[in-house]
Amino acid sequence: MTPKEQVLGSIRRGLRRSALSDEQAAPLRQRVAAHPRHLIPARSRIDHAAQITLFIANVTKEYGTVIRVGGVADVPGAISDYLASQNLPSRIVVAPHPALRDVPWHDRPLLEIREGRAGPLDPVSVTQGFAAIAETGTLMLPSAPERPTTLNLLPDTAIVVLQASRVVGPYEDAWDLLRAEGGMPRNVMFVTGPSRSADIEQTLELGAHGPRNLHVVLIEDHVS
Amino acid sequence: MHISSPQFHQNARRAMADAGLQKALATSRPHFLERRANAVANLPEFEMLRDTARDIKNHTLAHLDFYLETFEQNVEKAGGKVHWCPTADDARDAVLRICREADARTVTKGKSMISEEIELNDHLERNGIQPVETDLGEYIIQLRKEAPSHIIAPAFHLNRDDWETQFRLSHTDLPADRVFAERRDILTEARAKLRARFLAADVGITGANFLIAETGSSVIVTNEGNGDLTQTLPRVHIALATIEKVVPTLEDCTSLLRVLARSATGQDFSVYTTFSTGGRRPRDLDGPEEYHVVVVDNGRSGMLGSEFQDMLRCIRCAACMNHCPVYGAIGGHAYGWVYPGPMGSVLTPSLAGLDRTKNLPNASTFCGKCESVCPVRIPLPGLMRHWREREFERHLTPATQRRNLGLWAWFAQRPALYRTATRASIGALKLLSGKRGRFKSLPMAGNWTQGRDLPAPEGGTFFARLAAAERARRP
Ligand code: SF4
Repeated sequence: MTPKEQVLGSIRRGLRRSALSDEQAAPLRQRVAAHPRHLIPARSRIDHAAQITLFIANVTKEYGTVIRVGGVADVPGAISDYLASQNLPSRIVVAPHPALRDVPWHDRPLLEIREGRAGPLDPVSVTQGFAAIAETGTLMLPSAPERPTTLNLLPDTAIVVLQASRVVGPYEDAWDLLRAEGGMPRNVMFVTGPSRSADIEQTLELGAHGPRNLHVVLIEDHVS
Repeated sequence: MHISSPQFHQNARRAMADAGLQKALATSRPHFLERRANAVANLPEFEMLRDTARDIKNHTLAHLDFYLETFEQNVEKAGGKVHWCPTADDARDAVLRICREADARTVTKGKSMISEEIELNDHLERNGIQPVETDLGEYIIQLRKEAPSHIIAPAFHLNRDDWETQFRLSHTDLPADRVFAERRDILTEARAKLRARFLAADVGITGANFLIAETGSSVIVTNEGNGDLTQTLPRVHIALATIEKVVPTLEDCTSLLRVLARSATGQDFSVYTTFSTGGRRPRDLDGPEEYHVVVVDNGRSGMLGSEFQDMLRCIRCAACMNHCPVYGAIGGHAYGWVYPGPMGSVLTPSLAGLDRTKNLPNASTFCGKCESVCPVRIPLPGLMRHWREREFERHLTPATQRRNLGLWAWFAQRPALYRTATRASIGALKLLSGKRGRFKSLPMAGNWTQGRDLPAPEGGTFFARLAAAERARRP
């Protein structure tokens, strides 16, 4: 008997039945394919403008920061102003994402820019958000060649550029966007605020192993 | 298996006399209680979500074989591999084999209770591989060569100065004049030390809060980001998970996540909730090349179909221990094995055998607080009572206790006699207590009256009062 048969056999003995027949398994297969939603809290079932407001409020509550800008052209200014105001270095590693390649970085020549994944010495990263969940102020950051995971983790400061139209209410809407736009990548990170630990006396300290600062640049592109 | 549950009474006594532990418990516990209460108060649907969470888990457990096989198919589709492990030995060997094939010298680890259960670190060390715990709390207890005292806050028993002392001892390059005035200084020191470890590791081992059958993903939930660094930077990622972690779909997982963080740390959502599915894809710039899921049974399947099946719904949020007055008095180590508090008092006898753990289901006042906060509505006191019944059936209960219980049962089966006897003893106690209405000491209840007075019973028996109330209600 293989270890797999051993485990499955023991499970079936506990459940007092043999392996499911095709007919018995059909509704389960159907359930997986249809992936029905369960109860979704009312708090995010509001109009889109209100979802954006809720998203911002929740990011802020979780110690992140958000700035709203009118368009892609405003991104370099917003980022360099943020870095200056926080006394942070202006050396940034940027995700090789088409939307970020459209950003007129040369408007701010003082920004020192490298494209790629993050290394241990990069102080600041900029990546393109895929979607954001208003319910809890959560960013959805799926991995892709143009969205390396290390950007979310290694730098002290993580900046996420996000189109306001990509703010959804509950997580379920974000899953559906992901399913519609390519399916499950290697890694999907849901990020809610900067990294923290409460391991010392159960008291919250920001800046554990991941970024100490999380800043969202929200581009107004939605039609309200 | 290191287990000191048979010495529970000594352990508990020692814990209550441990000033450092008592200080840590007094400082830390209120934080957990307050944060959970706030999170729950801010979500009107919370109670309904608990029902949903329970139902999802029950559905999955009833079809566990199907969902595990579906999970495996989808892991393989994503280029990963599932390793089925009936026992702890199998799981240790599977992990070691993968590490050896990867030529690993150091592995980083995210927090995982199953890794504690199968004593993985010892096994790796014995075989020349150095495991480095990266969760802040796990890191310090690894340095102190201790076991976790809490399932989500491993260093729950420590105070701030313990951290400083340990760092000065273990980080030999630390200048003597380095100050640790703030918690932040401790965090900064640990972060710097572990950064180098993350970058050097050949294999990263994480646990899993969930496995998703639909996609073949393993899910970790953390606040520090250590789990993500552990599974992103090395060449090989191993996710360790027990069989009951699987859920059917992303939507099922999402519903469980809504109650998990709120019940655990009182956050609406943890900082990092991450879904890993297979290894690096073509053109990806980072991520592990290999993805392995070690699926461990180690006694869980034996709980299916038994009165303890409900325990397999547990999502390890720790709300039950955070709210438990017994845990609050003695901390986690006194329970003597990996899982403390109410969930441990049900789970440990299932996994380690009742003979060595019979004290645990008795370490409860049955106040019911654990059940009232459990996000998947596990009837913990009821399950502990099942263990007490088994203990009695199997004659593991001490002789005096059995005799007294037998005596009580004999009376209880004779209602008329029982009522007469209780009426008589109420009267006697009232008389004996005199004007003060309380006893400073009583024969055979010395342990109890040592800490407090026993109030003498007032009024009549329950039945007498019930009858009186009914008479009064009738016109
Ligand atoms: S038994 Fe319930 S409350 Fe306790 S850890 Fe498990 S899920 Fe949480």
